[in-house]
Amino acid sequence: MSPPDAASVSATGLSGEAAARTWQRPRLIANAWIRRAAWGGGALYLIVAVATLGVDFERMAAGVPRAAEFVSGFFWPDFTTRGGDIIEGFIESVTMTLLSTVIGVALSIPLAIGAARNFASGPVYLVCRSIIAVSRTFPEVMIAIFFVVMFGFGPFAGLITLIVGTVGFLGKLLAEEIEGCSTEQIEAIRATGASLPKILVFGLFPQVFPRLVGLGLYRLDINFRESAIIGVVGAGGIGATLSTTLNRYEFSSAAAVLVLIIVIVLLTENVSGFIRQRLI
Amino acid sequence: MPVREENATKVWQRRTPRGRLALWAGWALALAVLVACARQISEGTLWVFVADAHRQAADLLARMVPPDPGYMGVLWRPLWDTVNIATLGTLLAVAAAVPLAFLAAKNTTPHPAVRQTALLMIVSSRSINTLIWAILFVILFGPGVVAGIAAITLRSIGFIAKLLYEAVEEIAVDPVEAIRATGGSPGQVLTYGIFPQVFPSFVGVSVFRWDINIRESTIVGLVGAGGIGLQLDASVNALRWSQVSTILVIVFLMVVFSEWISARVRKAVL
Amino acid sequence: MSGNDKVLQIRALRKSYPGGVEVLHGLDIDLRAGEFLTVIGPSGAGKSTLLRCINGLVPASAGSCRLRGAEILGLRGAEMRAARRRIGMIFQAHALVDRLTVMENVLSGRLGYTGFWSSWARRFPPGDVAGAFRLLERVGLEGYEDRRADRLSGGQRQRVGIARALLQSPELLLVDEPTASLDPKTARQIMRLLRELAAENNLAVIANLHDVGLARMFSDRIIGLNAGTIVFEGAPGELTDSELSTIYGEEDWSTEEVADVSA
Ligand SMILES: Nc1ncnc2c1ncn2[C@@H]1O[C@H](COP(=O)(O)OP(=O)(O)OP(=O)(O)O)[C@@H](O)[C@H]1O
Ligand SMILES: [Mg+2]
Repeated sequence: MSPPDAASVSATGLSGEAAARTWQRPRLIANAWIRRAAWGGGALYLIVAVATLGVDFERMAAGVPRAAEFVSGFFWPDFTTRGGDIIEGFIESVTMTLLSTVIGVALSIPLAIGAARNFASGPVYLVCRSIIAVSRTFPEVMIAIFFVVMFGFGPFAGLITLIVGTVGFLGKLLAEEIEGCSTEQIEAIRATGASLPKILVFGLFPQVFPRLVGLGLYRLDINFRESAIIGVVGAGGIGATLSTTLNRYEFSSAAAVLVLIIVIVLLTENVSGFIRQRLI
Repeated sequence: MPVREENATKVWQRRTPRGRLALWAGWALALAVLVACARQISEGTLWVFVADAHRQAADLLARMVPPDPGYMGVLWRPLWDTVNIATLGTLLAVAAAVPLAFLAAKNTTPHPAVRQTALLMIVSSRSINTLIWAILFVILFGPGVVAGIAAITLRSIGFIAKLLYEAVEEIAVDPVEAIRATGGSPGQVLTYGIFPQVFPSFVGVSVFRWDINIRESTIVGLVGAGGIGLQLDASVNALRWSQVSTILVIVFLMVVFSEWISARVRKAVL
Repeated sequence: MSGNDKVLQIRALRKSYPGGVEVLHGLDIDLRAGEFLTVIGPSGAGKSTLLRCINGLVPASAGSCRLRGAEILGLRGAEMRAARRRIGMIFQAHALVDRLTVMENVLSGRLGYTGFWSSWARRFPPGDVAGAFRLLERVGLEGYEDRRADRLSGGQRQRVGIARALLQSPELLLVDEPTASLDPKTARQIMRLLRELAAENNLAVIANLHDVGLARMFSDRIIGLNAGTIVFEGAPGELTDSELSTIYGEEDWSTEEVADVSA
């Protein structure tokens, strides 16, 4: 059965004056030359980028049996051989995570108020925004390097690193939240003659509280994940254990650590998701 | 209830006596946990070093300022590598994450078992940090840019796929049904009914992740996976702090630039 | 009219949703070419379900449904799609793909006839494109082809939806509350357009409507559905107040007294 021709049906009330017009989808870049240049530029970049990768095929081939070993290690994770190190690393990670989140949240509240356009202005605003910008720009691990130099190896440097990360993260998002707050509610409290702290507690806090808890819980997840890597540069936590086991090719023990990380991340994610749902 | 009679007047209190008790117990417990955490960390800390920190910091700062502009010449190549690690890694991740997201979304998955597998893959990818993936791939592939790309890719797949499948689950069903009703094949339902709806979040998520990956690709070098992190590691180990500050300035500029680009692109597609 | 005149023949159509109670309790409906049938009934009566069972968007549980004599219930895969492209469906105004242009939305009516890669590249046969242009002109949207669908008003969107369904060159048109969320004037215009186009192409139409006035005005025949059973069937003139009470439940159907109270 041949498909009925769309042109022959419908619209019978018309004369056949609609000649065969063609149609093309409108392009994102209307100018054909600019469009071609964009495609060409993209292709050229890809070619050059791939060409300058410097792939060492021999070395990669040598990695294949090791990869097999790792994968098999992953199926038989070994929790016992390095059991002591693993437990110690995890306790360190968890304590760093909890403490840094609590301290970070506490510090980020005044910072966020100072970085919100509707509460602060002038130098206070600028200083708060700069603190946020700097602590957000550099990756945690890079910040950790400096704190390790300053405070020595160990979880304290890690703790400070995570606090800085938390403050930058929460400071920015909370400031945005505060800026989006209903001004009427704040005005209403201000109209009762309340002082600034009272305005904050009765006018602002109820509005941002659910979001603050949500973000804090979200940051708890992130801090745990981060705590698993800053150990690589000597800032304590499970990351130190992990990089040691990996560097010694103890894949079964490394797999054990990774499995535990995944399980804990899953757990915290579900728990924090549950709490956030209950709250909002 | 919070309001009770007392000497014939109504007394309002925020919480019932039992509620107050539970609240106090909760706070006490939380405080105890925090104190325990603090002691745990304090045990692992050499406080002499911490007490010395302000001098270390002042010393560090003095050595870092001013940055060494002459060092810039060495940094062009690592910089190029860094951008490539982020960009190629993101492209590969997007290619893998799109099908994964459709397998993981409730409304497009072919089978619940497939969905669970896809979700497991997404969670594994997301739970493991880029740096850990990097350590792994340096061991497997040897040091270099390829390990960095692989690490960025593996971490980003889960991130992109998660946000994307959530977007797919939120699409409007009526347009999709309308396409089905015209007799379109499953592929056409996907490309005409679903793709256009998730396209903005698809671009937004990809560019957002690229922005994050620029940041991440500056550190994978710390474990040997290429990019400017290699230089950073070398300079830190050699205590050449003016070189370190040069690198920090470069990283700062790069991150600010990538953030600007990603913000512009996201604005353009919405 | 010839013997091939019976477009649709539904017998004992039943539908239960998974784990739920039965929603349609054995419906019998016949439809001739060129006939405009309206289904009315309270919310939840099963009107949408009925239409969806016909073109297989939801699988029917039992019964038979013949399109020009051929059974279409229980078809699967390519056969199902081949049947669907002979049945146009018009939804509420929001069932356009927002981020596609008007032309892409209209051309999607040809997807059943077009291969995947051609449709991916938006390469439709010239005849389809010409047909789409003609339909756009016919529904009063000339020059709108490159407008994105989310930049249209509700009435314009519905016209695009109509063009999309008609570009399928259907034999049967299923229409589900085409005037929901439209103002009264636009609603009448849309109904009139539907009626005209159905007549021009000798189409059989089943339309679900909530507006009894519109139903009376534009249909040849009306079916009243209540809780999955047909409780009324007849010409618009036969739809009395007592029949309305059978369909919707007891209610004062006069319009003047309400005005009296407010006066
Ligand atoms: N996907 C589904 N799963 C389960 N039950 C459904 C589903 N869709 C509809 N139903 C149920 O089937 C019954 C009929 O629904 P249907 O949408 O056909 O009613 P309707 O007459 O179109 O109502 P309305 O006028 O509000 O559109 C309702 O009780 C509804 O709850
Ligand atoms: Mg309905």
